[in-house]
Amino acid sequence: MAQALMTETPVRADAGRFGGTPSIELRDVSKFFGQVPAVSGISLEVRQGEFLTLLGPSGCGKTTTLRMIGGFELPSAGEIVIEGEAMGDRPPYRRPVNTVFQNYALFPHMTVGQNVSYGLEMTGVPKPERQRRVAEALDMVRLPHVENRKPAELSGGQQQRVALARALVNRPAVLLLDEPLGALDLKLRKTMQLELKQLNREVGATFVYVTHDQEEALTMSDRIAVMNEGRILQLGTPGDIYERPRTRFVADFIGQTNFLEVEVIGSDGAAVEVDLPGSGPLRARPPEGVPAQGTMTLAVRPEKISLMADLPGSEIPGWDRLSGRLEEIIYVGTYTQYVLRLPGGQELAVHRQNRAVGEGEHPMGETLTVVFNPQSAALLAD
Amino acid sequence: MASIAAPTSEQTIAAARSERRPGGLWLLLPGPLGWMVFFYLVPLVILLVHAFWSVDYLTIQRTFTLENFRTLLTNDLYLRVLGRTAAMAAVVTLADLCLAFPLAYFLAKRVTKHRELLLLLVIFPLWSSYLIRVFAWKTILGTNGILNSFLLTVGVIDQPATAFLYSKTAMFLTFSQVWLPFMILPLFTVLDRLPNSFIEAASDLGANPWRTFRSVILPLSLPGILAGSLSVFSLTLGDYITPTLLGGPGDQMIGRLVADNFGMSNNWPLGATLVVPILVLVSLFIAVANRFGALGRTAA
Repeated sequence: MAQALMTETPVRADAGRFGGTPSIELRDVSKFFGQVPAVSGISLEVRQGEFLTLLGPSGCGKTTTLRMIGGFELPSAGEIVIEGEAMGDRPPYRRPVNTVFQNYALFPHMTVGQNVSYGLEMTGVPKPERQRRVAEALDMVRLPHVENRKPAELSGGQQQRVALARALVNRPAVLLLDEPLGALDLKLRKTMQLELKQLNREVGATFVYVTHDQEEALTMSDRIAVMNEGRILQLGTPGDIYERPRTRFVADFIGQTNFLEVEVIGSDGAAVEVDLPGSGPLRARPPEGVPAQGTMTLAVRPEKISLMADLPGSEIPGWDRLSGRLEEIIYVGTYTQYVLRLPGGQELAVHRQNRAVGEGEHPMGETLTVVFNPQSAALLAD
Repeated sequence: MASIAAPTSEQTIAAARSERRPGGLWLLLPGPLGWMVFFYLVPLVILLVHAFWSVDYLTIQRTFTLENFRTLLTNDLYLRVLGRTAAMAAVVTLADLCLAFPLAYFLAKRVTKHRELLLLLVIFPLWSSYLIRVFAWKTILGTNGILNSFLLTVGVIDQPATAFLYSKTAMFLTFSQVWLPFMILPLFTVLDRLPNSFIEAASDLGANPWRTFRSVILPLSLPGILAGSLSVFSLTLGDYITPTLLGGPGDQMIGRLVADNFGMSNNWPLGATLVVPILVLVSLFIAVANRFGALGRTAA
């Protein structure tokens, strides 16, 4: 579970290095399999050297999008431009793109060295240079001395690194990664996430990464495109996506969110006043792109909510305040999840950091008062 | 305490069970093993023993002799027939390989609907008698056959050609058609199991279709190629029906000579001796196939 980030959009230190012509451009790209739409008219610009993640549940079209960039599928409509060149129906072997496949797809009948030098051989790089670059690439993924082994003799994590080396050795303008960490265990996955991010900075290639793991996306990406049902629902920095989700799907898919149905009462510019049935008036951040009116969904993340009793001062002016009966306590390690039943019957999850052992425990059934900053409460149209 | 003891005893039971299982499997063996010994191994030994005996008019002399092998190696006829047979088997194998590979590839990699049905159609001819299929070729290639009627109607020839039937071409056509399923099936199996991502990875790394085929698809389907080739090669090598029905006077094959020696000439020892080179050739092929097949297995 992603930890609480700053409420303000974090400015990434490396945001300035992107520029010039986009590395990849998707222009209204669609893909149908028979009558079934897999991708429905998406447009997207990926910047030079950017780490962009396509995030979404299975069947959302993220892998199909990646495969269209790689040339393994051709778009039914629309255009894909890579490094300023329209790809049309160009086959994969004539695209400035390399792919790290989900199950690595290392050639089992070749040694690690032969696997890594395969791409160089195909483009006619002379043998001495090939050997040098293969050794370099294996060094880069911290896997020296395995050139003469067969892929089957390596562990999953090592195979993953070989697959990376095999793609990066060709110095592609764009590296496509299709859920490359899916088969690894949690610890290794975390390590590889950091290494991938580091490689992205080192080699300067554009990375397009496909995953259904929201935490992976938040950790590694410069920008995330959240996809569902063949469309991009929201495109933005991890902070944007997490702190300012525009739809209920995005808020729900990334992290955990409380959804409360509210009626809009009025607005004072800085905040919208809404009524939560049973609990009374609350203030919320004005929605983006849609007017604040009628019935809307108030989305507030559990870690943005504090127990009144934990706060040093008793009241914070301008904060929203709710009371409910404690119905469920789930211990999660770094925090404890309290589930409150509000007077209107709604459930509200609250995450309370476990700062000190045995600190202020609350019995089930107790009525607790919780508060949160109205800026942390997003109003969604759906 | 009891809660700790419980899984331990369960583990013991599980361990005992897994130790007992192979013992149960042994019980399955005597039936098939007995069958193989009495109806396969024993006759083979009897056959090979005959090769070292001789025949005196109609009686078999059961004394050790290498005379038959001397005959085989010195008589021009036998060596010529052997060479012809091996050449025919090799050409048929190659032809079937060229025919079967694209078909198997298409079935394994392109077809998504009705796959089982199409595969069934490949096997379908095997359900009819081999003899019938050979006779079918006779009616196609004969003087009044379908091919001649067609060519006459179209006007390519003005007289029925006799050259089609009773020739090496007729034998080649028949063998290639009749054994084709034996090549398609193992090729389909290896290609079906070959992950598409290997082919995509090769393409992704800059290999055009031909290089992908040569460097990835072909080496990884070697076990299937060898298995199919082994079947077609040995089936052709030992066959005597097709040469009898469709071969010309100069198209004798070794199977026919074996059959003649066991039948008309009543020379079982020489017939048995003629089997030896076939056995040697096929054994060599098996050894090679096993070696590369095994390599293919460890690789996959």
